[in-house]
Amino acid sequence: MALGLETKKSELKPLSTNKAVAEAAKDSNVDVVAAYPITPQTTVVERLAELIGEGELDAEIIHVESEHSALSAVIGASAMGARTFTATSSQGLALMHEILHIASGLRLPIVMSVATRALSAPISIFNDHSDIMNQRDTGWIIIFTSSAQETYDTIIQAYKIAENSNVLLPVMVAYDGYVMSHTIEPVEVLGKKVAEEYIPKKVSWNRLDPDRPITIGTITSPDYYYEFKYAQAKALESSLQHILEADSEFKKKYGRGYGAVEGYMMEDAEIAVLGTSSYFSNLKYAVDELRKKGVKAGAIKLRVYRPFPREQLYELIKGLRALGVIDRSISYGMTPSGPIALDLMSTYRYKNIPPIQSFVAGIGQRRMLIEDFVRIYEILERRASSNSINEETLFYGVKGIDL
Amino acid sequence: MTYELEKIKTLWDIPKEEHLVGGHSLCAGCTAATIVRHLLKVAGKNTIVVNATGCVEVSTTSFPYTAWRVPWLHVAFENAGAVASGVESAINALKIKGEIPVEKEINVIAIAGDGGSFDIGFQALSGLMERGHKVMFVIYDNEAYMNTGIQRSGATPFAAWTTTTPVTRRIRGEWRNKKDMFDIAIAHGIDYAATANPAYPVDMDSKFQKGLSKDGPSLVHVIMPCTTGWRFEPKYGITIAKLATETAVWVNMEYDVGNFSVTVPVKKRKHVREYLKLQGRYSHLSETEIELIQEQIDRKVEEINKRAGKEVIGPLEA
Repeated sequence: MALGLETKKSELKPLSTNKAVAEAAKDSNVDVVAAYPITPQTTVVERLAELIGEGELDAEIIHVESEHSALSAVIGASAMGARTFTATSSQGLALMHEILHIASGLRLPIVMSVATRALSAPISIFNDHSDIMNQRDTGWIIIFTSSAQETYDTIIQAYKIAENSNVLLPVMVAYDGYVMSHTIEPVEVLGKKVAEEYIPKKVSWNRLDPDRPITIGTITSPDYYYEFKYAQAKALESSLQHILEADSEFKKKYGRGYGAVEGYMMEDAEIAVLGTSSYFSNLKYAVDELRKKGVKAGAIKLRVYRPFPREQLYELIKGLRALGVIDRSISYGMTPSGPIALDLMSTYRYKNIPPIQSFVAGIGQRRMLIEDFVRIYEILERRASSNSINEETLFYGVKGIDL
Repeated sequence: MTYELEKIKTLWDIPKEEHLVGGHSLCAGCTAATIVRHLLKVAGKNTIVVNATGCVEVSTTSFPYTAWRVPWLHVAFENAGAVASGVESAINALKIKGEIPVEKEINVIAIAGDGGSFDIGFQALSGLMERGHKVMFVIYDNEAYMNTGIQRSGATPFAAWTTTTPVTRRIRGEWRNKKDMFDIAIAHGIDYAATANPAYPVDMDSKFQKGLSKDGPSLVHVIMPCTTGWRFEPKYGITIAKLATETAVWVNMEYDVGNFSVTVPVKKRKHVREYLKLQGRYSHLSETEIELIQEQIDRKVEEINKRAGKEVIGPLEA
């Protein structure tokens, strides 16, 4: 994996994704951290407090009284020219909702990690993607990661992307709560050199400076508001190229790159299932099982979610006989009920694409074993062969419902 | 803190420089502009202002114009305390990392109305004070949500008419009392809290000065007569502000590291009628109701004198 000479000094550490996130924020040499505790994000901030306490990171930590204030505080710090970091989950992300729009509207390069978790009510501390999917229209760059290593690398890449003067947008790095946040994996950490080599700090955004006073966060009339929002929409759309540039530069330097999407056994695949975050790893195991039985199955990972990597994903799906999409959140009252399935169906409306079967699974971390993923492929195959795929979502794993 | 300004003792000590300039769209006769203008004169150019949503915010930054000659940031209504905490923490971090010279003194001031401090902004303000950020929080208190059209807030005083405490068959204006922000601030263990009044600019400005000189959080709560919401002619703003103190509706107080004092003593109080009668928001009051308000003030004055250890606010004029 490690190709470049520069990676020689790197170190392999056993880290949960949460700890890997803290390590990445430290290696990014952030200036201000503000966060509020919420399960399963907490160990990110606990570890950062330790790192600051041990003198391994020179940063201010703000023990805010809510997530709303966490994001507000990093906005203030970022506007002052600091490199900032925050982390949250679930209700915390929902509480931030108002301020998420303001962070992107003010074009501040904030980086946030999200250990994805279900939303109340009823309360569940376990994983699904209801929290993140509720925030998909807030104007943030959203990247899903599938391993502790990828999360570490992506947090670092996120600063490169966010602070790019052609982008200047906040970035959310999302990974599965518990499944990843609390699972220990080997992670190659790059150390503080990464901040100098790959993301040297340069304040590329407008900041508060008494020697050059500016007014940030003004009120606009109908004569001006629209242009701000159009510019923001275009910036997010065109950020994809900068996300990919940041990824290839990282790969060149450190030997690891991820792209916007990833395929597994897609070269000759006839059917495939798309998943995000840790589900991709399970899908790969399922593909191996199915290949043993002679089924030409493949797996697709959607890594960059906003901006939506339309072209890159199209290259993977265009030749398929059928595609399954697994969502871990519900768009209530909509058919299909899976937000990502809905994204695909609408974005490729005028393209020649295979039938898309929407699945919802893993709500509130309903257990999904390898055999469940195999089963999803089998359902897809069966429905594809009988021409019975339609826009209805199949809710996999609900007690008493047999698909 | 190396504070270059001389202590403000007379009007002549107030700096001439203007950092909030004209051309903004605050109402004619609005006393918020007077308060903020004085605040910035005292604070000077090395100041960063964080403004909560409200009258001052919407009326001074109508894109592409701005009335601010100091760096200014607005994020939302309820979070000025949190945003200012972030600004202050960033200054500290960037000083440690050598990106801002250590010797550079930068004031961080949060400005909010009563909604952005008493009500929706209360949590963030409490967090700011509890954590000890070196930020001065200035409340301009016009005693209702004036920016959205005179709806009651936690700062609306007893009996005041607002659009949500209307004078009707069943309701006769606000029926609850105003929240006590001065003592709430002190209860956070901060070094400095004060109440101020733009009719007493030397007193008000010296409080801004003291607040800024503290190494931690400070709070200055300023009464702000509102021509639109209090229903008076624009020319009466400062007259009414002065009457507020002369009747002891509003007492200019200070808490400075354990020491409580009344900074503007009143020898003989005027009857509260003098203050109420100039304001349309009180025009529905009967004699009985006015006397009830007077009794409330009498009790408050007794408490304040007890706290000051002497008679700082005198009896009613004969």
